Amino acid sequence: MSRDAVVIGGNRIPFAKAGGPYAEASNHDLLTAALDGLVARFGLSGQRVGEVAGGAVLKHSRDFNLTREAVLSSALAPETPTCDLQQACGTGLEATIYIANKIRLGQIASGIAAGVDSASDAPIAVSDPLRRILLRAQSARSARDRFAALARIRPSYLAPAAPRVVEPRSGMSMGQHQARTTAAWGITRQAQDELAVASHRHLAAAWEDGFFDDLVTPYMGVTKDAILRPDTSEEKLASLKPAFGGPEGTMTAGNSTALSDGAAAVFLADADWAREHHLPALARVVDAEVAAIDHASGADLLLAPVAATGRILERQGLTLDDIDLVEIHEAFASTVLATLAAWESDAYCSGVGLHGAIGSLDRNRLNVAGSSLAVGHPFAATGARIVPTLAKLLHARGPGTRGLISVCAAGGLGVVAILEAV
Amino acid sequence: MATLERAFYSPVGRAVAKRAGVPTATTLRRGRIWPKGSIVLAPLGSTSLGRDALVILGRAFDAPVLDLPFSDNASSTPPGYGAPVGAIVLDATSVNTIAGLEGLRAALRPAVRSLEASGRVVILARASGDTWEAAAVTRALDGITRTIGKELRYGATANLIYVADAATAGDVASTLCFLLQGRSAFVDGQSWRVGAAGVEPKAIDSPLEGRVIVVTGAARGIGASISRTLARDGATIVAVDMPAAGEALAAVANEVGGTSLHLDITAPDAGVRIAAHIAGRGQRLYGVVHNAGITRDKMLANIDAARWASVLDVNLAAQMRINDVLLADTPGGLERGGRIVGIASTSGLAGNKGQTNYAASKAGVAGLVIAMAPDLAARGITVNAVAPGFIETDMTARIPFVQREIFRRTNSLAQGGSPDDVAETIGYLLDPASASVTGQVIRVCGQNIVGA
Repeated sequence: MSRDAVVIGGNRIPFAKAGGPYAEASNHDLLTAALDGLVARFGLSGQRVGEVAGGAVLKHSRDFNLTREAVLSSALAPETPTCDLQQACGTGLEATIYIANKIRLGQIASGIAAGVDSASDAPIAVSDPLRRILLRAQSARSARDRFAALARIRPSYLAPAAPRVVEPRSGMSMGQHQARTTAAWGITRQAQDELAVASHRHLAAAWEDGFFDDLVTPYMGVTKDAILRPDTSEEKLASLKPAFGGPEGTMTAGNSTALSDGAAAVFLADADWAREHHLPALARVVDAEVAAIDHASGADLLLAPVAATGRILERQGLTLDDIDLVEIHEAFASTVLATLAAWESDAYCSGVGLHGAIGSLDRNRLNVAGSSLAVGHPFAATGARIVPTLAKLLHARGPGTRGLISVCAAGGLGVVAILEAV
Repeated sequence: MATLERAFYSPVGRAVAKRAGVPTATTLRRGRIWPKGSIVLAPLGSTSLGRDALVILGRAFDAPVLDLPFSDNASSTPPGYGAPVGAIVLDATSVNTIAGLEGLRAALRPAVRSLEASGRVVILARASGDTWEAAAVTRALDGITRTIGKELRYGATANLIYVADAATAGDVASTLCFLLQGRSAFVDGQSWRVGAAGVEPKAIDSPLEGRVIVVTGAARGIGASISRTLARDGATIVAVDMPAAGEALAAVANEVGGTSLHLDITAPDAGVRIAAHIAGRGQRLYGVVHNAGITRDKMLANIDAARWASVLDVNLAAQMRINDVLLADTPGGLERGGRIVGIASTSGLAGNKGQTNYAASKAGVAGLVIAMAPDLAARGITVNAVAPGFIETDMTARIPFVQREIFRRTNSLAQGGSPDDVAETIGYLLDPASASVTGQVIRVCGQNIVGA
């Protein structure tokens, strides 16, 4: 007996710049808010859902059971089991895949996939020497030994260590990696700025249409995505100084995602169960694929989703023409543009083990309701933002229409999934 | 101003106010709570309507003590009750002469002297008289009720039910229950009409079990209270409010175990989206409470077209558009025997300085429900409105203290109402047992001195 996992809907809070309106809120607060909004939309208050899977990329050690604690703070039944999982920026999408797979295996009938990140609530750690000294002082047997241990503290040890978004293998930031890719693929500043403007325009239009009325619940007085600049233009973006790639660089704060705070959740269910419980199904989860590339040896860090895309299409016997809408996470405008160029490249695709180029995408099918450049990118939340957005877009286009989600992630990971409207 | 308010309500301030003769407000009996003392039933003439209604409600009742005329001590102390009286129900449905009103006086005089705090005077009367004298008596009863309402103290109220000739005790029971219980705490000096709907006689505490009710403007204040009160009575709530109010809306929906629908009620497709929300969840719509409303106050001399239009659109036109959709034969539309409740306002019924637009919209709601009721009677759908007076909400908390204190005290209960008082009245109108009540506008104002 084959089961379908369908997307019932989603809910997120408006995303905002790190240190902005949610500066005082924790990952726990943000995730709870996203869950509570979802619970309200679908009347799940006091109900036990099969499982809630979620996570954050920047996480305090005390938040080891972040999702469980958020569920306990939410209106869901406390008997709802949870799982924290994490796959860098792929977390929200991977959580969706995890829940969908359990549903398809018949292990659960319904579940919630979620992601949250707060660059404002980033865990600040003490330096390694200080940590070692403190541990030694704690285990000291006498006051004298303890004093001796503590006496070794140097002022420089007291500087807190904020988490850095750098690749452990290369010591380079994601922007620095992407600057290399941008240059290698010859992505122009103008093309990047155009894509950024399109993202803002699409998102602004979707808000204007009320598209997000059933996808977003305001939080802490923020009623709309706070990073969105509806009036931005290529002229305005052209005036920005390069942020990555040196003085000749083409990547700016305008065509790169901002550090963001936000949370998102997706409600998934077994198709039959959803029908019996009179829950509206938007789209079914068709398939998913995760790829990794060897960025440590020089491969483009954020192009791993290309291989995943090619493999999932081949496995499903589909071509790009069978895909009606495409959502490529806009880590940087140039990531999207390099991805599209890679799709068109026989050499690149063959190089990652595919049978030739994936194809050329009609840009009218890309990120039609805006994406991370305009919405913001709270790392783990992005996948859980995209899934309901795409499911709703596909559902409006009619049964059978397909959509592809492509999310790049740190460590040279790429997560891809296909949805089909029901 | 806040300092003044704190001083006024401090222990010292209260003591001073008491010495100065400022009446202190009684804490009202609220909720599904019956009177503590006995219920006295006084049937005037040969009638069993009141008696039968009390039997349906399962309430025991006592015979009245009468202040008989021409007795020796008629002008001094009348005979009394040994214990506080919880309520007196005067069944005056067969009173149709001026002389017959004496029976009312004789029963009421001892009772009002013994009435407990938050006690009740409920008068049942015929809705119309077939002679000129009977018509005069019908109206006289209204004057009596309003006056008793003003004379009673300590949170006691007096209200009048006009009963249609063909109405049964079953038709009257839900209204009598509401008036006797604490649910009607802030309804005072009012009269409205109960028709004949052949309501099956029974009394239950969760009359809305399994019924789906849409509440607009549900995120806060009176709307949130309506949602809670209806959910307490068993209803499944669809809580509707503006997308921007979504956070508070979600909290209300989760608290009452309902669903949230983030929707601007003035959107052209608002009705369609409400129906789709209901139908999509396999539900049938039983009731709609059009609670969402706004104020854009200005004296008429200063009012512009935008303030005029927005208030009329949100408070009146939007609910008419939504009703049109929900009353059409559509999945998720209002079922047979359904309920529509609008929110009027004493500002609309009596007029209020600086609120022409608001008064227009709220009086419009009153006119609307009166017009809709007969047209929907064949489908068993009732349409009513409540007209709140001064209710303690976040909105009225912004009124300057002295003005607010005046608003509070210019009614017979010498206090502002609670959002729950409005909600309870709406719950009464939504009760399936209130099928006999339609086309009525019920003021929840503590008998505010302003207005009709």
